[in-house]
Parts: sequence; C-alpha cells; structure tokens
Amino acid sequence: MAQDVRAEVRQFITGRFPQITLDDDQDIFALGFVNSLFAMELVMFVEQRLGVRVPNDELRRENFSSVTAIAALVDRVGTGTEAPAG
Amino acid sequence: MTHVGVVGAGVMGAGVAQNLARHGHPVVLVDSDPHALTRARETIDRDCRMSRFLGGPDLDAEEVLGRITTSEDLAALADTEVVIENITESWDLKKDLYPRLDAAVRADAVFVANTSAIPITRLASLTRRPRRFVGVHFMNPVPMKPAVEIIPGEHTSAEALATVRALLDSIGKKAIPVNDACGFVSNRVLMLTVNEAAFLVHEGVADAATVDEVFRSCFGHPMGPLETADLIGVDTILHSVEVLHDHFADSKYRPCPLLKRMTDAGHHGRKTGRGFYTYDGAAAPANP
Repeated sequence: MAQDVRAEVRQFITGRFPQITLDDDQDIFALGFVNSLFAMELVMFVEQRLGVRVPNDELRRENFSSVTAIAALVDRVGTGTEAPAG
Repeated sequence: MTHVGVVGAGVMGAGVAQNLARHGHPVVLVDSDPHALTRARETIDRDCRMSRFLGGPDLDAEEVLGRITTSEDLAALADTEVVIENITESWDLKKDLYPRLDAAVRADAVFVANTSAIPITRLASLTRRPRRFVGVHFMNPVPMKPAVEIIPGEHTSAEALATVRALLDSIGKKAIPVNDACGFVSNRVLMLTVNEAAFLVHEGVADAATVDEVFRSCFGHPMGPLETADLIGVDTILHSVEVLHDHFADSKYRPCPLLKRMTDAGHHGRKTGRGFYTYDGAAAPANP
C-alpha cells in the first residue's frame, strides 16, 4: 500500500512537471516550481484520488513537502473512502 | 459592515462572496442554479481550509460560511446595500438580469458589475440607477489577488464610487482606477494575448505546453497564457473576445476557432477537467 501511494504521488508530480527528476525525499517546495495552485492540487489529489480526508491540523507544508512525507501522512490519517478507479 | 448581495455563484461569485464574508461582511449569494450554490459553498469550505496552508490567514470555514446566505431568488437581495453581479460574461444574459435586479433591490443600493469586458455605461443603461453603478473587475482567484480595476461609468456619482472604494478597501483590495472602455486595461491586452496563443496551437506552430513555456521561461511570467485560459475558463475567454469583437467591430479581435470548438465541446479548462491541458479528478494538469 505504502509503495502504491508513493508511486501514485510520484506519478502525479512528475506528470505535472515532466522536466524534473524526483527522488522521494526531495523537498518539492525547494524546487522552485510549486506555486499555490499546485500546492492546492496536491492536497486535492491526496484527498480525492487517495481517498483521504486530511484533518485541518495536518494541512501543513511539511506534510506535503516530499513523496515520503505525503506517504507518511496518508499512512497516518488512514484511508477514508475508496479512491475512485482510474 | 456592509450588507452585500452577490449575484452569480460561479468561480468569480464564490470568490467574491468568500472574500467579503472572510472580512466580516454579511453576504447574500444568489444563483438561479441550486447546484451552483452548493458547489460555491463547497469551494468556499475548501478554500478556507487551505488558506493557512497556502500562506494566507487562518480561516474558520464555518464562520465564513455562516455569514453567507444562499438563495435562488433575486428577492433575497431586497435589503442589501451593495450588489455585485458576477454572472456569465454575456450581454444577452446581463440584459435580461439587470432590469429584474433593479426591480428587486432597494433604490439606494449601489450596483457593482464584475465584468471582464462589457462597458460599464452600457450595463448601467439597463437600470434606473446609472448614478449608483460602478464597474469592478476582480481577478481570479479573488481571495488571493490583491488588486482590482475600478471603472466609473459615464453617470457614476462620486458618492457611489466612494462607497465601492471603501468596501474594496475593507476586504484588502487595492482599487486601480481606469476609464470605461470595452475590456478596460487588463482584458483588452490579456484576451488578445490568449486568443493569439490559441491561434498558435490551432495553426500547429506550437503546442500549448510550448507556448506557455516561452512565456514562463523567456518572460518570467508565473503562468503562460494558455494555463491562464484554463484557470479563467476557455468559455469565459471566448465570451470576452466576442465582446471585444462586437464592441470595436475590429477584425483584430476575431475569436480563434479553436476557442469556439473547445467551448462547444465542454473543454472549459480546470473547472471541467479539460481545456488546453487535461486534469484528473484532482484538478491537476496531466501533460503541461
């Protein structure tokens, strides 16, 4: 499951920014391409595609700063509803 | 605090309502489509939750939404002091709305047209209150943009202008005054730029990602014109270009056929999941 989440998140980010090479621990906010729009998309991706409702107190930059951080967040808050297929 | 009516619960109307309510103003949000009202509440809830994460203030979604009343009936606006109209950028729709709005709202209320291109004097002529009629061109996303264009019409009174300026000031918006003309300053330039960028794609000179890359990398723009089109809405872009074309009767504003085809196909950008880019369920471009 953790590997699936990592792969999905990685794919989401590199799909959006194909020019970058991303390692799982890299701080994506330090790469210079993350604007507020993409930051919001990242949260929406986690909530809608991965079926997780992120509690307000977990909506912090550090929880979305890398593939590893996002996978840890998903693991921590658990899956709510099933992610939609496709 | 000012009792404000907001007409039209699309992207702009929801943003305006949120911005006003977040600064303490009671808002009545009206749309003839109940689904649009539901979506607007959901969007406002999400944007409030995200506010601090995106570097903004800590917002309590319940508190903000608690200041917003929704209705499908213009009569709900009867006692509002300022009414901000944000419906689809179409002369026919606005022509139908304004006389009804004029009849529904108290005579001393000030009307604000949040239009991206239609001249304010022309819109004001649809009402019996041209002295209390001001144009304000809000930018998208409204809660995050620090400035607006403010446009007095031919008959706008200094008093009405001052009322609207004070309201804008209270929600943290810098008002940049420009004179009344189709497209004002911003969209006279931006819509032509987006239209021409669409022609580049239409003619196969470059794909959308390449066009945007030139603007981002060569000019240092934070977003390219076609990403911007997807954010604004391809249908809204087309409507605005058509308004410029009709108004100036100048072929330099001819709408790109690609914009028409995309609008007909429902490829309106981020809000429909596909525009110049495709977006998955998370509203993110899959291939820029």
